[in-house]
Amino acid sequence: MIKGLKKWRLFSLLALFAVFMAGCGNEEISTFQPAGQVANDQFKLLLLASGIMLLVIIVVVIIYTVALFRFRRSKLGEDHIPEQVEGSHTLELIWTFIPIVLLLILAIPTVHYTYKLGDVKAMGAVDEEGNAENLVVDVTAKLYWWEFEYPDLGIVTAQELVVPTDEKVYFNLIAADVKHSFWIPSVGGKLDTNVENVNKFYLSFEKESDGLKDGVFYGKCAELCGPSHALMDFKVKTLPRDQFDSWVTAMQKTAEEPVVANADGEKVFSQSCIGCHAVSGVGESGAQGPNLASFGDRNRVAGFLEHDEENLKDWIRDTQKHKPGNTMPSFSKDQISDEDLDALAEYLMGLKVAK
Amino acid sequence: MSSVAQKSGFGATLWDWLTTVDHKKIGILYLLGGLFFFVLGGIEAMIIRLQLITPNNDLVSAGLFNDLITMHGTTMIFLAAMPILFGFMNAIMPLQIGARDVAFPFINSLGFWMFAFGGLFLNISWLFGEVPDAGWTSYASLSLHSPGHGVDFYAIGLQIAGGGTLMAGINFLVTIINMRAPGMTYMRMPLFTWTTFVASAMILFAFPPLTVGLFFLTFDRMFSGNFFDHTMGGNTIIWEHIFWIFGHPEVYILILPAFGIFSEIFSVFSRKRLFGYTAMVFATVLIGFLGFMVWAHHMFTVGLGPTANAIFAVATMAIAVPTGVKIFNWLLTIWGGSIKVTTPMLYALGFIPSFVMGGVTGVMQGAAPLDYQLHDSYFIVAHFHYVIVGGVVLAIFAGLHYWWPKMFGTILNEFLGKITFVFFFIGFHLTFLIQHWLGFWGMPRRVWTFMDGQGWNLANFISTIGALLMAIGFTVMVINIIMTTVKNERVGNDPWGDGRTLEWAIPSPPPFYNFPATPLIRGLDTLWVEKMEGSKEMITPAEPITDIHMPHGSIIPMLMSLGLFIAGFGAMFHQETSWGLGVLIFGLAFTFVTMATRSVKDDLGYYVTKEQILQDQENFKRGRN
Repeated sequence: MIKGLKKWRLFSLLALFAVFMAGCGNEEISTFQPAGQVANDQFKLLLLASGIMLLVIIVVVIIYTVALFRFRRSKLGEDHIPEQVEGSHTLELIWTFIPIVLLLILAIPTVHYTYKLGDVKAMGAVDEEGNAENLVVDVTAKLYWWEFEYPDLGIVTAQELVVPTDEKVYFNLIAADVKHSFWIPSVGGKLDTNVENVNKFYLSFEKESDGLKDGVFYGKCAELCGPSHALMDFKVKTLPRDQFDSWVTAMQKTAEEPVVANADGEKVFSQSCIGCHAVSGVGESGAQGPNLASFGDRNRVAGFLEHDEENLKDWIRDTQKHKPGNTMPSFSKDQISDEDLDALAEYLMGLKVAK
Repeated sequence: MSSVAQKSGFGATLWDWLTTVDHKKIGILYLLGGLFFFVLGGIEAMIIRLQLITPNNDLVSAGLFNDLITMHGTTMIFLAAMPILFGFMNAIMPLQIGARDVAFPFINSLGFWMFAFGGLFLNISWLFGEVPDAGWTSYASLSLHSPGHGVDFYAIGLQIAGGGTLMAGINFLVTIINMRAPGMTYMRMPLFTWTTFVASAMILFAFPPLTVGLFFLTFDRMFSGNFFDHTMGGNTIIWEHIFWIFGHPEVYILILPAFGIFSEIFSVFSRKRLFGYTAMVFATVLIGFLGFMVWAHHMFTVGLGPTANAIFAVATMAIAVPTGVKIFNWLLTIWGGSIKVTTPMLYALGFIPSFVMGGVTGVMQGAAPLDYQLHDSYFIVAHFHYVIVGGVVLAIFAGLHYWWPKMFGTILNEFLGKITFVFFFIGFHLTFLIQHWLGFWGMPRRVWTFMDGQGWNLANFISTIGALLMAIGFTVMVINIIMTTVKNERVGNDPWGDGRTLEWAIPSPPPFYNFPATPLIRGLDTLWVEKMEGSKEMITPAEPITDIHMPHGSIIPMLMSLGLFIAGFGAMFHQETSWGLGVLIFGLAFTFVTMATRSVKDDLGYYVTKEQILQDQENFKRGRN
């Protein structure tokens, strides 16, 4: 009876463990499903570390369990006085040196990957004609949104990072107000965006985002930055190089050939919004509000709401309700009438650069 | 007994507690104060978990959530865990080394009152509705950006409480160095005393950086300083370094006394000498030393560069070695022993697997490139709760059951104690084990809500259920404490029957002068030595019984702390009000006047007469029979 109970316990424990391990999380955000070299290296290190650590846990648990079963007072009798052992030099040496060896096994790849992942020497490399060899993206984190400038391509976007697959993409990271942290879990570990200095690192994206649930990878702010820290999401679209190039060309064209899906909406925009938001994708970072040149292509409104006109209008009416502490003003009916808001929403949704 | 202690009535009792300089009473004050804040921090934790039970929950607002996480962390570390451990150190450590009191009873009292007023100052922020909201780490760019007085409460409240901690640390150091009874050599000190010693030394070096950092923050926020304002030439990373140069040793300041408590318990309830005592002592000292060498592993993602990250990664891994030595020595202590599973032992046995899991995840995060993924995700939340709850809180509960008889003269109900353990232990693992995976699945920490559809729903739900179980467990413990106190069944010197150290050789609770005659220490586990020799009195005196010189109580420590408390409000409001500066000056002047009073007024103390001591001994003997 008792034995059966124990088996049942063991079984349910194993089943629970299997569920945990099998649960690899969602492909667009889980570190268990690495979608690039950096995340992959980190995942390999995770497997190695977990293996060593599991070994340690197992050894401890075995000694612990055996001791607990063998040396109970109920078995030995109330009056039993155990031998007062002082210690053992041999044992002390064993459990000092074996852990040192185990840690060395972990330390060597740790140091190797630390240097490998920190290598940004190729960042400024140029070919014979003076063109940059690698794509560089300047990321500016702001309360609570992300700005992505492509300095060599002369374009800027926000909230949705677009990158080519199968090449190293280098990042310059900085924060404009308070400290944030730039993290795309399935592509690679995070790096902080400090307020006073530019941090540099690279990521490589080896999976097209097209097949994913929302067609994008998820990016997060990983450093507490105020009330809406939890909502400071961004998305990552990874495209094959040729599609990326055509996206860049389309972005560059938005300066001369603006898309106007609703002329009334454009008017409202130029009265109420243009002070902070640009609709031309050509430019540099440093804007008051997110660049909206590719707004219609995006996956979310304000970085986290479902991408539809209803949410867009709700957002404009009351930004603080949705994202407390953000710096965009809300617009009442006196400022933008319902009709104007409809027109504005249609205009914004029409701002597309991808086909 | 002293004339003060003989007065009865509520007023006199209150006055006695406000003015006490007796280490045992101050220990109880620390314990009660710490438990009060533990409940407060626990309620905050429960609200946090209830908010995260489902995606897009709106139980609390985003701003309030940040208040809650900040106050939960700050309260639990500074106002709950440390004071409760100080309670044990105060109440027990002098008994373990055969001392009559700590070296500086007056400063001991001052340390407590500064903690009490600092904690009060911090939590009064709830009444003002402007609560610290920049996280317990209060990273500079956010803490400077935070509107209202929230972070001011943090800076000043911690400054006052931290001052008290520093004094307590110095006091314990001096006590252990100077007040050991004859024969109590360093290598005969019980492990709890050793860990108190090393933790106090760490306080001595770790708290001054915090003091400096908090002054910088105070000046930046309230007196137009620019230490951290990068637009004026300041630097926010400096805060991170200062904070973690304090913050990492702080973790060891908490865990080392916990190790000490478990070392005592393993040895007593296995009825066996601590295995590898010398190695344990050296491991403790080594952990204390290495604890200062690894702070930047909290900053792997700050961008310090690969060389700094690699060095700190390897240094961090090195700490695993002495910690592993400790784990194996505990295992070998129970190996070959005679294990009696009492409530304290149950906590100690629960501690081993829990802490090992927390330890190994720490090494995983020490691997810098891996930490780029794990840092500031739910993985780190799981990790530090495994070491702090699985280590420190389990030790606090264990110590509470273990030393309750010595501190209060009654013994907590064993059955209820075990019920508490079962709920708390299962709840703890249910809450935090799954959070490792939440981190792997990409959930950042300190998020007030999360969107549906990211695969995090079930795990968060499980985690909240676990937290409820922990709350049930703790409630049972509170019931247990109340019931035991009401029943008031007195216990003898050594209620566990297997006590090995000096505190179990004297009555529970001990007379206010602890030892009628200073004891002679005849070996490690001196009481065990006496027991094995069949000694009747259990203590070999080192001197004949003579009159004992004791200090008077004093209200001055409380008044000194009160002055700082008042000055804190002045500093906070001096920019927007006309009275702020006046209050600041008044508060500081008040403190200086009380200090001057203390310096000028001679307190020569009083003597407990030999007759009184002999009379007490008679009474204790009669009580025992």
